[in-house]
Amino acid sequence: MSTTIAETPARLDLEEVTISYNGKTAVDHISIQIAHGDQVAIVGPNGAGKSTLFKALVGLLPVQHGKIFIHGQPLGHHQDCVAYIPQREEVDWRFPVTVSDVVMMGRYGKFGWLRQPDKTDKAIVLQSMEQMGIAALRTRPIGELSGGQQQRVFLARALAQEPHILLMDEPFTGVDVSTQETTLRLLSDLKSAGVTVLVSTHDLNMAASEFNQVLLLNRKMIAFGSPQEVFTSQNLKAAFSGQLLNLEGAVVVDQCCGNDEEHSH
Amino acid sequence: MDWLITPLSYAFMQRGLAAAVLVGVVCAVIGCYVVLRGMAFLGDALAHAILPGVAVAYLLGGNLLLGALAAAFAVALLIGFLTKGGALKEDTAIGILFAAALSLGVALISSIRTYAADLSHILFGNVLGVSSSNLALTAGIAFLVLLVILLFFRPFLVISFDPILAKTLRLPAEALRTLMLLLLALTIVVSLQTVGIGLVAAMLVTPAATAYLLTRRLPAMMILSAAVGAVSSIIGLYLSYYLNIASGSAIVLTATAFFLLAFFFSPRKGLLWQRILRKRQA
Repeated sequence: MSTTIAETPARLDLEEVTISYNGKTAVDHISIQIAHGDQVAIVGPNGAGKSTLFKALVGLLPVQHGKIFIHGQPLGHHQDCVAYIPQREEVDWRFPVTVSDVVMMGRYGKFGWLRQPDKTDKAIVLQSMEQMGIAALRTRPIGELSGGQQQRVFLARALAQEPHILLMDEPFTGVDVSTQETTLRLLSDLKSAGVTVLVSTHDLNMAASEFNQVLLLNRKMIAFGSPQEVFTSQNLKAAFSGQLLNLEGAVVVDQCCGNDEEHSH
Repeated sequence: MDWLITPLSYAFMQRGLAAAVLVGVVCAVIGCYVVLRGMAFLGDALAHAILPGVAVAYLLGGNLLLGALAAAFAVALLIGFLTKGGALKEDTAIGILFAAALSLGVALISSIRTYAADLSHILFGNVLGVSSSNLALTAGIAFLVLLVILLFFRPFLVISFDPILAKTLRLPAEALRTLMLLLLALTIVVSLQTVGIGLVAAMLVTPAATAYLLTRRLPAMMILSAAVGAVSSIIGLYLSYYLNIASGSAIVLTATAFFLLAFFFSPRKGLLWQRILRKRQA
């Protein structure tokens, strides 16, 4: 794993951050500090503000109140150190680009807009595709891939970007088991490379078993800490309220409602 | 081969052919972004919105192309201004400006009695009336547009395919969008002479859509689209010469024929091919 070694691991600092989306407050006064190389699962019901928070972190939505710091510097100071893996619905899959075209886009920030990609760029792109198991598909148009393969293309692009902070929006939703496993293996590779990772998910088991930190969100921050500290029935009730059923100690979240069209299970 | 050469013995045919090919190519290349970004309505609206510029230039006795250029830039910038920060949706802003500019153009033109013939040339093109100075201007603008598209290939690709990546790469997406609008406006203005206001949208969309059905990467799509645009212009002009029909419509109908061929017979994306695939699966 040599492609994602960041010179200085990232530290993310949110101070009283409030973000609106479509005129409604989607994220309300959140303050957290995420240490270098941490892997944080962001858990909450649909509409809890998970995607909104990510979009603000890449500068796609304005922060209305409060401040976001990366490496101690205000957002926007560091170019190109945050990579974002979009939800699959956000991408135009009919666009005429191949797998390697998309992964090469991850290098654009590094080599400027006019220079041609050099050997290093090409090697990094190839290595990223190999790591994600899609090197054999490199000349295929992205529209011809399966859902899991499509996600791996964007994971490979994020690797090629060599980010300090990686944001993944629902990477475990609507993909096959082998893509889930590839994603989890990537997470452990990223941990040894010191990349800070934020993953939004509504899979509580995944969050509890694979992440050392969990942010429980429902517009406001419900809890932030280790899975054991965060996943108390009181916190879960506060986050999921109507969608939560408590069955003899086992916690079941009703995920049937909302705008998720696909489920991984 | 006489039938190929005879028309070219006229200087106006030579100029017309050169202008038609230039316009066919430049429309087809920028048309790839029009198709991929869903800007067909915008292209059509911009074309109609330049009418007042042409009318004012005519009234003042100035160059019609320059008048059109000024109007197109004004409208492109106004669309950017009205939609900035999401105040209005883009198609709403386009609809308002398009109708207002077209009305203004018609109002200005209706004040001139003898303008009927020239108006029909503006609406449907008069490729055989291209003067040498206008041909030079057309060539200059066409090469400028193609050069900018080549230089900005990657930024345009990223803002079209993945606006979120554009943002994380700190690309000035708004400025790039405006630049693309200006290029589109330039393209439409030079198309005035060959296909006219009424048919330019077809030259922006049809060759690019044809190429989209036949290719899998953007550079290949642009090259094939340019070829379809150029060949349609040549065939269309000959058809117009021998069948004595309006040149603009002959060019557009030729391009449409290419599109229909691709739509039915393209490997992978064609209707026929998909039928076969479905049968095999069944």
